[in-house]
Amino acid sequence: MKTLIRITVNHEERELAIEPNMTLVDLLRDELGLTGTKKGCGLGECGACTVLLDGKPVNSCIVLAMEAHEREVVTIEGLETDEGLHPIQRAFVEKGAIQCGFCSPGMILSAKGLLDQHPNPDEQDIRKAISGNLCRCTGYQKIVEAIQSVATGTK
Amino acid sequence: MTEYQVIHSRASRIDAPDKATGRAKFVDDIRLPGMLYGALLQSPFAHARIVNIDTSKAKRLKGVKAVVTAEDAGQVKYGVSPARYDETLFCFEKARYMGDEIAAVAAVDLETALEAVSLIDVEYEELPAVLTIQAAMAEGAPVLHDEFPRNVGAEVHHEFGDIQASLAECDLVRTDTFQSKKQDSAAIEPHGCVADYNLRGYLTLHTATQVPHYVQRTMAMVLGLPVGKVRVLKHYVGGGFGGKASANPMEMSACLLSMKSGRPVKMNYTREQVFLFGRGRHQFTHTLTTGVKKDGTVMALKNECYLDGGAYSSFGIATVYYAGSLLGGPYKIRSMQYDGYRVYTNKPACGAQRGHGGVIARAAWEQQLDMIAEELGMDPVDLRLKNMMNKGDISCNDLYMSSLGMRECIEAVRDQSDWKKKRGRLPKGKGIGMACGFFVSGAGYPIYRSETFHCTAMVKLSEDGGTAHLYTASAEIGQGSDTTFGMIAAEALGVPLDMIRVSSGDTDFGVDLGAYSSRQTLMTGHAVKEAAEEAKRQVLEVLSDELKIPIDVIDIQDGFIVFRNGLVDFRDLRRRYMKEHRGWTDNPTGKHLTFKEGARIAFLSRGTIIGRGKYRPRPLGGQYKGAAVGTSPAYGCSAQVVEVTVDMETGKITLDRMNDAHDCGVAINRTSVEGQMQGSLSMGVGEALFEEVKFDEKGKCLNPNLAEYKIPTALDMPYINPIIVETNEPYGPYGAKEVGEGAIMPTIPAILNAVHDATGIRFHELPLTPERVFMAIKEKEAKETGGDDQT
Repeated sequence: MKTLIRITVNHEERELAIEPNMTLVDLLRDELGLTGTKKGCGLGECGACTVLLDGKPVNSCIVLAMEAHEREVVTIEGLETDEGLHPIQRAFVEKGAIQCGFCSPGMILSAKGLLDQHPNPDEQDIRKAISGNLCRCTGYQKIVEAIQSVATGTK
Repeated sequence: MTEYQVIHSRASRIDAPDKATGRAKFVDDIRLPGMLYGALLQSPFAHARIVNIDTSKAKRLKGVKAVVTAEDAGQVKYGVSPARYDETLFCFEKARYMGDEIAAVAAVDLETALEAVSLIDVEYEELPAVLTIQAAMAEGAPVLHDEFPRNVGAEVHHEFGDIQASLAECDLVRTDTFQSKKQDSAAIEPHGCVADYNLRGYLTLHTATQVPHYVQRTMAMVLGLPVGKVRVLKHYVGGGFGGKASANPMEMSACLLSMKSGRPVKMNYTREQVFLFGRGRHQFTHTLTTGVKKDGTVMALKNECYLDGGAYSSFGIATVYYAGSLLGGPYKIRSMQYDGYRVYTNKPACGAQRGHGGVIARAAWEQQLDMIAEELGMDPVDLRLKNMMNKGDISCNDLYMSSLGMRECIEAVRDQSDWKKKRGRLPKGKGIGMACGFFVSGAGYPIYRSETFHCTAMVKLSEDGGTAHLYTASAEIGQGSDTTFGMIAAEALGVPLDMIRVSSGDTDFGVDLGAYSSRQTLMTGHAVKEAAEEAKRQVLEVLSDELKIPIDVIDIQDGFIVFRNGLVDFRDLRRRYMKEHRGWTDNPTGKHLTFKEGARIAFLSRGTIIGRGKYRPRPLGGQYKGAAVGTSPAYGCSAQVVEVTVDMETGKITLDRMNDAHDCGVAINRTSVEGQMQGSLSMGVGEALFEEVKFDEKGKCLNPNLAEYKIPTALDMPYINPIIVETNEPYGPYGAKEVGEGAIMPTIPAILNAVHDATGIRFHELPLTPERVFMAIKEKEAKETGGDDQT
């Protein structure tokens, strides 16, 4: 039987009737068409499906959609502002932190989760914050450099 | 070096904004109207005869639209190398590994499809399985493929020079055996596809692939469709690394289900199914005998290799050749002998993975060279400098080094790592090691024997002249090829990068063999350059006619028409352009004729301006059997120095710093080159320290997930100092050659050599898990204490 939930997705409140066993990632991708959130394993291991739930990064493939009831979800589609790309997104573009791009949405949201809490992290803090986000392409270095550049405000 | 307008820069990737914002479309993001969902039934046994398949219950389930088995699929054999087509879509007599495909279902949703799969009754007769090379090659062992007794699916025997005579001249000969473990490509995006067969008999397959062209041919062959009725296209692909370098049974199943149901069918591998499909790196066992003179001159190399291939050949014939033919370089060796055997076992098939065939051979040999240097009392760097090839050299197996910055690479990592101060002088538990490597810039020949062009490209100018649209069937899989080719097209046409639009990855755009063997930058790059140059020539021809000036005094640079003989009166052309664009706000006003105006005038004169390009390597290789494998129009090379800390109490290895120098010819996009280097190193780190696909005694994969199959995280990777070494490759477009795979070559042996420097222990088996290292430290301590007791 479907259950009614109310969640805020990317600053917009939604009311949805969902199956109780639906995961948050499937809700976002299949029901809301927010396909920027990627599904790499479905087991909470790769981090590609990372979204912010009340500001904290979570693997949306192991969060039930019902758990998001009356909470706030931010996906990669919710980062841009009227001024364009979010500074973290811009840094990822400019620093060459994106190759295949499959991990990028989750990676960027983990970075945002970190920087919102700790605006001046050191390299180890950054590596720790994204250690749940697997990337097979970059060796992480340009990702770390991109996040560092946002933290220090350097170009 | 030549001044370039676009290439040789750090241009941002053209796909990055879409990928940073979630706009980029991957195959799993596709939803088509009326789309069904497919699921596979896979064998629960590693080796079993299929006695009977009953699909009647599954077919009766509400919501099921099609169920297919070998009976529907036919028994067309396919594979990668035509010489070893040994797979069929669905097992028809027996299953050869746990995961072999038996049937597929399409239904209105995934849950229904999965339920229908569970309703298919299969009667199996379990057969004894062989899971190791020893078991598979034993007398009387069960045979996977009747044509190959003792399960040896492919063997290679090569001798270059007189190996016995060379060995006889040596002052030092040593033999070592080295073994790796089966690896998985572990791209973060699992394989997925959507097949769409329409009522006119045309099939469109959207799929996450590195090779649209080969997938198109395989689909056509297996499904019995003309190639022209099969269109294969990829969207953005979430990494490949070899795992997506051939057609897979899921793609064929989806196509067949779409043909049967008349509706689009979507299928995805789960992460577990990615591991069951396999096609990652083989397990290699190399026994190497190397002979040298007292002064360090390498005289002879004997290489015997056994590859655990899994149930099917896949890329295996190429792999078993590569494991021999790519080992000699980047050194001069007088004689080389190679004996390679690829053996079938009842496990998922192995295939090509980054550094195809060469990575483990390289690890084994570069470690052995270090051991030889130690015995000779030579610095490992000096041993390599003494033996390396130079530009113009030909290896003993006929590979021609048209450019080779090996010396520059070695010297760069030596100097930037402070090698001389550190080597052998670091405290216990800390170590530094180095190694070299080299790799092809594209295979010299296609996978199937053919005279085909390896790639074609097309540059079409928009009728307003403002955009040049590059069409290529090449595969952007994350490495940055769309940006690279956009940059090459812009450079060759003489316009800024933002005037170039790139469409790629679609068999409708031409022929391109795809993203494997580090081929695209060099090969597709040539075709793109030629196409852009031809479009440019057409514009210049029209301008030459219109302006009544010789063509050779006109050029295009940075989006403007440039007249080399001074001022030319083009007011008439501009008037014509303006007349057609009354009311437009962006009409050209400056004192230079723009490319846009020139291209518009060309359109008015000739219709759509289309430049075409193509590329096929020159004939390459020696005359011996298998000489084609390992040949390439050009070779990249690299050297690395790695620093490690080994925790002597726990055996845990921490990487402190990696220095990597790579000769990529002329770097088209410097940021992308560094990205390829850093990514290659991280894959090497995973293989050196963690990665192993494990099986139990029944052939069941024990760790088909990313929690227990460990790839490096951000915490495992150290700072990598990427050093781009540039040579000007005569056979590369703008002098460019490979970087995507060669950079992985030195990583494992550099780590092995650093770990030895830290611990005094040589490891002959991968991966260097804390357990393996800890046990070796304990064994060494026991031996040392035991030794002390006796004295």
